[in-house]
Amino acid sequence: MAIKMYRDAVRDTIFEEMKRDSDVVVLGEDVVGGMGTAGGPEAIGGIWSTSGGFYEAFGPDRVIDTPISESAIVGAAGGLALSGKRPIAELMFADFIGVSLDQIWNQIAKFRYMFGGKTKCPAIIRCIYGAGYNAAAQHSQSPHAILTGMPGLKVVMPSTPADVAGLMRQAIRDDDPVIFMEHKALYGIKGEVPDDLDYTIPFGHARLTRAGQDVTILATGMMVGMAERAADKLAEDGIGADVIDLRTTSPLDEEAILDSVEVTGRLVIVDEAPPRCSLATDLAAIVANKAFASLKAPIEMVTAPHTPIPFARELESAYLPNPDKIEAAVRKALAYN
Amino acid sequence: MQLSREDLLEAYRRMKIIRDFEDFLHEEIAKGEIAGFTHLYAGQEAVAVGVCEHLTDNDKIVSTHRGHGHCLAKGCDVEAMMKEIWGSREGLCKGKGGSMHIADVDKGMLGANGIVGAGAPIAVGAAIAAKIDGKDENGKLRVAIAFSGDGACNQGTTFEAMNMAVVTHAPAIFVFENNHYSEHTGFEYAVGTDKDIASRAEAFGMKVWRADGTDFSAVHDTMSEVLEYVRAGNGPAAVEFDTERFYGHFEGDPQRYRAKGELDRIRAERDCIKKFRETVTEAKLLEGEELDKIDAEVATRIEKAVEAARKAERPTAEDVLVDVYIDY
Repeated sequence: MAIKMYRDAVRDTIFEEMKRDSDVVVLGEDVVGGMGTAGGPEAIGGIWSTSGGFYEAFGPDRVIDTPISESAIVGAAGGLALSGKRPIAELMFADFIGVSLDQIWNQIAKFRYMFGGKTKCPAIIRCIYGAGYNAAAQHSQSPHAILTGMPGLKVVMPSTPADVAGLMRQAIRDDDPVIFMEHKALYGIKGEVPDDLDYTIPFGHARLTRAGQDVTILATGMMVGMAERAADKLAEDGIGADVIDLRTTSPLDEEAILDSVEVTGRLVIVDEAPPRCSLATDLAAIVANKAFASLKAPIEMVTAPHTPIPFARELESAYLPNPDKIEAAVRKALAYN
Repeated sequence: MQLSREDLLEAYRRMKIIRDFEDFLHEEIAKGEIAGFTHLYAGQEAVAVGVCEHLTDNDKIVSTHRGHGHCLAKGCDVEAMMKEIWGSREGLCKGKGGSMHIADVDKGMLGANGIVGAGAPIAVGAAIAAKIDGKDENGKLRVAIAFSGDGACNQGTTFEAMNMAVVTHAPAIFVFENNHYSEHTGFEYAVGTDKDIASRAEAFGMKVWRADGTDFSAVHDTMSEVLEYVRAGNGPAAVEFDTERFYGHFEGDPQRYRAKGELDRIRAERDCIKKFRETVTEAKLLEGEELDKIDAEVATRIEKAVEAARKAERPTAEDVLVDVYIDY
């Protein structure tokens, strides 16, 4: 085990897989950085420092610094994947899926189905997402719900460095298109990462991060840590919570969710995105439909409000879920008779 | 470059297959038997065949919503295509794609595409893959070709793709088929660059060619030059072919936007197959009788494909759930 930052788990796993498999290529804006400048290649090295050293190790054919052209980046990833490569395209901010949505939604997600199952499309679209940096309405969003709703895509939302490593390696070796969502506010967190160069985590397997009998809390990405803090505080009062990190929203580990709710009977869903047509409402619908008899209280949802993401520190803090809001939701669910 | 008799016969056969395929569909669609939207390629055969005759299965193409011609020219199976258009589970895409999404990746055909302008970025990705794989034993690169029309030339995706191809020095070729209509709108209105598409590619830093797309020899000869240039590793290139669409934007389109007598005129003066026939027989390269024989063979082949499509196995409700993901 090595202690690593989340961002280094991203970088190191891709680097190791590029060494292992020459079909793996990366492309995106500033993945090299400094091209065409006096500073020269790697003057920047990727704005998230997730591709440092790649250009030097693998050269310009496999480390493709692109113009600011998100449609062409995702489309080229599709063309590379149909031509036998394993492209990893970086969308510097997940918010830019708006610019490239046709290539994600109408092209890479559907190739296999439209072509009668006669092809695979092993493309990864890395989306750097989430709030916490006061980057305001166009650089802070969590667009996982619309991507989860697109048949053909797998959607991954790791919350720890170890999960980054296991899920990224799985994504690279997977033959379907994968949306790999990296929370920008988690890039600096540290954790143990297995040294095994074949360490993978299969998709559709949630992780139980806290165990308790009284309530189930579902979360992804940055929300997992908040849910854990709320659970730890509730534990001081003798309230036990299952905290379930979904890890992947497509495929979804329904069994883990339903098994937990059948024991606790109370559910709090935490989601960084606005509440309408969201992951939270989707999970609530599944539980209401499949575990109705187990529920002892209405399902509580702690989400962002139905607004764009505001800029000012006070406003962004008010916008986001936090441990206090989660704790309050748990207490509300427990108070219901 | 003068082609051999065999190559000329093969080119004629392929153009004729596309023409008959589309003419048969035109009749069948009017009967109401075929589901969905269909966009026919008839009139533009010299472009698809004149381009694809130069390619192997290792070269890739990405097509458009008007894709039957490109598929057939790239070697997709006639009967499997017909079955696909009929929506059979025996179809090339098991009835999941239909007319607008026919693909055969093993043949280097990376899909017709229902989104105008979506193909060019995909072709650039395929071209980057070809660049990574490098030159073959003859010192030539494989290529990827994006077929686009005068409609797609106005999409931002096409601009992004052209720039990215230049920046990455990828062996991509942008083939613009200017049939003068983007859906129901004239290109003189919709293309802002003074009735010219190729100049756009030139502005992105590419070497460009222009030729009469109704003249098979012109298309074929032009593509010889283009491919020699791109396969040698000189980066991307573009070609604009001036061509004609014999049918409407989609089947059922009343084509009220056409000038009076326009369709009769282009069929009389700009029919690439008629022109090919006249040229090769006048030059005594081929005999009319040989071509008549191909006409008869092709007509029978298409009739048989239609019959087979009609009788082919229908998909079931269970098939809806298959092939979304590799492993579930």
